[in-house]
Amino acid sequence: MIVDFFLTNRPLWAVLISLVAAGLILLSDRRPNLRETITMLAAVGKFVIVLTMLPDVLAGQVVESAPLKLAPGISLHLRADALGLLFALLSSGLWVVTSVYSIGYMRSMKYGHETGYYASFAVCLSAAVGIALAANLLTFFVFYEILTIATYPLVVHARTPEAVSGGRKYLVYTLTAGQLLLIAVVWAQVVAPGAEFRPGGFLAGRITPPALDIMFILFILGLGVKAAIMPLHDWLPTAMVAPTPVSALLHAVAVVKAGAFGFLRITGYVFGPELLKETNLGSLLAWIAALTIIVASLRALAEDNLKRRLAYSTVGQLSYVVLGAALITPMSLVGGMFHIVAHAFMKITLFFCAGAIYVTTHKENVSEMDGIGRQMPLTMGAFTLGSLGIVGMPFVVGFVSKWNLGLGALQAGHPIFVAVLVASALLSTGYFFPIVYKAYFGQTRETYSRHEAKPSLLYPLVLTALVSLVLGIMPNFGLSFYQLAKMAAKSIIASGMVLAGGGQ
Amino acid sequence: MTAHLPALIVISPLAIALLLPVLVRLSAELVRVVAITSALISFTSSIGALKYALAKGNWHYFFGGWPAPWGIEYVIDPLAGGMAVLVSFFSLLVIIYAGPYLVNKPAREKGYFYTLYLLLTAGLLGIVVTGDVFNLYVFLEISSLAAYALIASGGHRATVAAFRYLLIGTAAASFYLLGIGYLYAITGSLNMADLSELLPPLMDSRAVVIAVALIVIGLGIKMALFPLHGWLPDAYSYAPAPVIGFIAAVMAKVSAYALYRVLYFVLKATGPVSLALDVMGWMAAAGILFGSIMAILQRDFWRMLAYSSVAQMCYIALGISLANTMGLFGALLHILNHAVTKGCLFLVAGSVNWQTGVREIHRFVKMSRRMPLTMGAFIIAALSMIGLPPTAGFFSKWYLVLGAIQSGAWAFVIVLALSSLLTAVYFFRIIEHAYFKEPLKGKDGQRHATEPAKEGWELYPTMLVPILILGIGILALGILSEQVITHLLQFALPWRAF
Repeated sequence: MIVDFFLTNRPLWAVLISLVAAGLILLSDRRPNLRETITMLAAVGKFVIVLTMLPDVLAGQVVESAPLKLAPGISLHLRADALGLLFALLSSGLWVVTSVYSIGYMRSMKYGHETGYYASFAVCLSAAVGIALAANLLTFFVFYEILTIATYPLVVHARTPEAVSGGRKYLVYTLTAGQLLLIAVVWAQVVAPGAEFRPGGFLAGRITPPALDIMFILFILGLGVKAAIMPLHDWLPTAMVAPTPVSALLHAVAVVKAGAFGFLRITGYVFGPELLKETNLGSLLAWIAALTIIVASLRALAEDNLKRRLAYSTVGQLSYVVLGAALITPMSLVGGMFHIVAHAFMKITLFFCAGAIYVTTHKENVSEMDGIGRQMPLTMGAFTLGSLGIVGMPFVVGFVSKWNLGLGALQAGHPIFVAVLVASALLSTGYFFPIVYKAYFGQTRETYSRHEAKPSLLYPLVLTALVSLVLGIMPNFGLSFYQLAKMAAKSIIASGMVLAGGGQ
Repeated sequence: MTAHLPALIVISPLAIALLLPVLVRLSAELVRVVAITSALISFTSSIGALKYALAKGNWHYFFGGWPAPWGIEYVIDPLAGGMAVLVSFFSLLVIIYAGPYLVNKPAREKGYFYTLYLLLTAGLLGIVVTGDVFNLYVFLEISSLAAYALIASGGHRATVAAFRYLLIGTAAASFYLLGIGYLYAITGSLNMADLSELLPPLMDSRAVVIAVALIVIGLGIKMALFPLHGWLPDAYSYAPAPVIGFIAAVMAKVSAYALYRVLYFVLKATGPVSLALDVMGWMAAAGILFGSIMAILQRDFWRMLAYSSVAQMCYIALGISLANTMGLFGALLHILNHAVTKGCLFLVAGSVNWQTGVREIHRFVKMSRRMPLTMGAFIIAALSMIGLPPTAGFFSKWYLVLGAIQSGAWAFVIVLALSSLLTAVYFFRIIEHAYFKEPLKGKDGQRHATEPAKEGWELYPTMLVPILILGIGILALGILSEQVITHLLQFALPWRAF
């Protein structure tokens, strides 16, 4: 009985565990060892809970927790389907790695007020998994807004005037987006009571253009800020004033991916392929994404600050996911979904490297990186691997998603987007190659002895770099990310076929 | 005894209030105990009456055994019962909170305070439970007179504010009295149920049109509906903290309740009422923007909260004006949610001022270190005011937006969204100061709240506990908002909801 209760409500426990941890962390104020232990326990516990759902979902089942009514006709409802589990596995798994890194990084930086940091981090992860497992729009929105608020203390963590103003900018962007998203969500609830996500969408036949167009644009604006599509991206580079673990997990994985993931949910599970094709709204979104990919890559070329360069790279890469969601063909969906995973491993590696370099040498600008590869060979090795992945070299994980995206673009009959992908690959070579070159071959007057980052910083980044390599060769290794992406894409497209067939 | 519960709700504070000036000659400590007991009796009677109404239907209580429409009738329906519980709960909570404030006051002043406080409670509860429009006027005056005096007790600027409130408030009461005078003239009745049966054939008569206008203006002033809010900012900024904690939480809401009761239950929202509702909707929309912008411009925390109240009362008016199920749910839920949220905020404001002497926003630097629990409650309340999930404020906003979209009122949808952003501006400014700003060193010698917390509690437990109860209540009401709707509010609508 009790076992059943635990097993059926696993999605709920996955969300709650880090929320409870956040409370405990706040209570253990001024006892660093205790709060770090709680963080590690919660991270591992969360990952294990999410992991236990994997076999069920791979077997084609859906793990669903009992809905808690929030309002008449709509409830707080969590459900692990293939797409949701992919994102939940990814963020909870990387939280474990990031926690190790966090502890090393924060102890080196000596900010002196880490309790709020660890608590907010835990709340963010609750929200991210909540977003992943949300079964309807209201649940999605609730966690989306919790994520918005919980990230704010992390952005302003340094408490410098620069951090405070970065935090303000972050709030202006995300809160405005939140209100637009709220209107869209309420509207969808009025049009289709319950607003339950369904593969292939639930809006078909319930709403017609022009209202449909406006609603879709509201969704784009609401989700576009977190997904950092241009011109709504500007908060992200500014938010790089946050401590590096925050940039690594939240500004490369949980927060920004929540936006990109939202796009997949909206196109695949709310509007559906048919509706998007009929109304050309899909192409509109695809063009926005394409534009973002190119402009962000160009912008990254001009940044000297390493973290900001990575941020612009993130802006561009996120739109790969959005592009996949917008094209909404079987291959593009697989590409987009898998890119959530691929980019996460590559970018978290890159950010970890940036943080490790900063802690060890206090250098944060690309122009100061001469010879750093001779000083920190393992760190720069990982960095090089991550860069190659972003560029899209075969046998690194980024290639898998880009290949699928390219095929998806051809499937959709828009070969132009293949050109966009190629151009982006060249541009990312342009902004990563100089760093790698300087690191290994840059001339300096100082002589460096070999001096790696400390183990708690080094091991996580080596691990994520290795994972990007392994997933590039065997995309299904370990957690079956590729399989999950394929299942989710299939469910969206298959139901679309059924709908189309029923109409004839 | 239980047969007289509806009377006890009002009689307990009213009778004790009259007794206190005598008791205070015996012992000042006794006065406090008796006053709290009376508030407690009122609270438990309200809960008993509400339970009865939910289980067995409306409770009609005839005062002195005189049947309506000749005698005065008290009606406890789920709406009135719910309001009575809300009002008496706050009365009890804040009277406990007020203790430390009065510690150093002379005994006579304590006596006055508790007397006036209980009179205010009796007046507000009377408005809520009565089934008679003239009796409502009497209680409106009792509560207002008590409120004028309580606000004036705050010192010299408060006296001016109270006098201004007195002038405007008296005019408002007169408007209301004139309005029901017209209704009495054409129907010959003052009983609400009776009126609602007699009025329908007369709805388009000139007398009713004038009556509706007068009542909406009168109660509109009392609930501070923009642009009739003039009395509110001063009254709220200068009143003593425990007084304002109670007044800001429920007083304007009781007037909003009275307006809702008269427009929907007596006048049945037909004839000239629908025009009045349209006008109210636009006034409310303008007021939401006005109040929010004015709040942003304030440098004083209390005054900022006061303007925020102007905006939030307009949320309630907006919901009432939508005249559909979801809009009314939004309005009623917001009466509850905003009472809890704003009550919490004013208690926080009072405690911060009491403990550190800080009122201005720029002096909140490092307040989070000094009063961590108080500021924690403040953050929850601030998020609720902005309307972020999962706090209570989000859910009232959810219904308001739902109602506005259902009636196709897109302008209101935009106003509601914009208002959240404006609210975020003025609340995050304080969060930024209290948590994330470093104090400026030695600047004009101003005292910041940088000293670490004293030994032991950051605040007297009698002050801290009410704040924490409200803070947790905001989260609980958010998560349980569906329970509130299905178990209470759906029976508080003029029509069947589901």
